[in-house]
Amino acid sequence: MKLGEIVEKLSLDVKTGHHGLQKEVSGVYVSDLLSDVMANSKEGNVWITLQTHLNIVAVAGLKGLAGIIIVNNRQPEKEINDKADSEKVTIMTTSMPAFEVTGKLYQMLN
Amino acid sequence: MPLNTDKTIEGSFQLIGGDFSIAGESSARLKSILTDLGVQEDIIRRASIATFEAEMNVIIYAAAGTLHYEISPRQIRITLVDMGPGIKDIDQAMQEGYSTAPDWVREMGWGAGMGLPNMKKNSDEFKIDSVVGEGTTVEMVINLP
Ligand SMILES: Nc1ncnc2c1ncn2[C@@H]1O[C@H](COP(=O)(O)OP(=O)(O)OP(=O)(O)O)[C@@H](O)[C@H]1O
Ligand SMILES: [Mg+2]
Repeated sequence: MKLGEIVEKLSLDVKTGHHGLQKEVSGVYVSDLLSDVMANSKEGNVWITLQTHLNIVAVAGLKGLAGIIIVNNRQPEKEINDKADSEKVTIMTTSMPAFEVTGKLYQMLN
Repeated sequence: MPLNTDKTIEGSFQLIGGDFSIAGESSARLKSILTDLGVQEDIIRRASIATFEAEMNVIIYAAAGTLHYEISPRQIRITLVDMGPGIKDIDQAMQEGYSTAPDWVREMGWGAGMGLPNMKKNSDEFKIDSVVGEGTTVEMVINLP
């Protein structure tokens, strides 16, 4: 499934990296611990988290993730959006909590 | 796959303790150098993970440090030298889940105690030396096929 389809079905708010919506999603990884994401996420994964600081962009870039969904209506700051745009990382936000987004994605992808 | 070079390429980056805004930049630059050299993807991935974790530890725990890389046709060698508090018990620090990260660092999602194990797992050779009150040196080698 393409990232853009997920955005549409879950009505996600795309903050950065619009071009990335063409990317094929290989799966989902849910975690708020950055070293855990470094160790266990896979290339092409969508990452669900409540973290909003700059380092999430570096993690997503280094791991080649398809995008980051920030939950609970938390918003990344402008400097994060700028960095994500320049590093071509797609950041999306939603008012749903992690459990709900994860459950919906689980059904969509399985 | 042969590298696009038969020479050794090296360089270094300065790291500043507490500067989370540049965290990941050295790893990203090393990643793009390896990509330009035509290094295979899984090796780039391992080098990126190991370098990023090492870089983070310098930023979190030390006052300053240097990351040095050396890419030869046979291996990638990444050395980090920091001026920091050092590590009293390295065996304990190497255990997955052990962390002394302060609360504000944990709130950022660091401090899972997985960094050093991640570095070791992703390198073919891993060495760590530390002197309390002086600093820590981490050396990682990833072999090229
Ligand atoms: N460069 C360093 N200088 C001083 N202490 C360090 C250094 N690197 C690691 N340590 C010590 O070793 C512990 C374990 O490090 P490790 O990278 O495995 O986990 P962490 O940094 O606490 O959490 P994570 O890497 O999962 O975000 C640290 O909490 C710290 O006490
Ligand atoms: Mg660490």
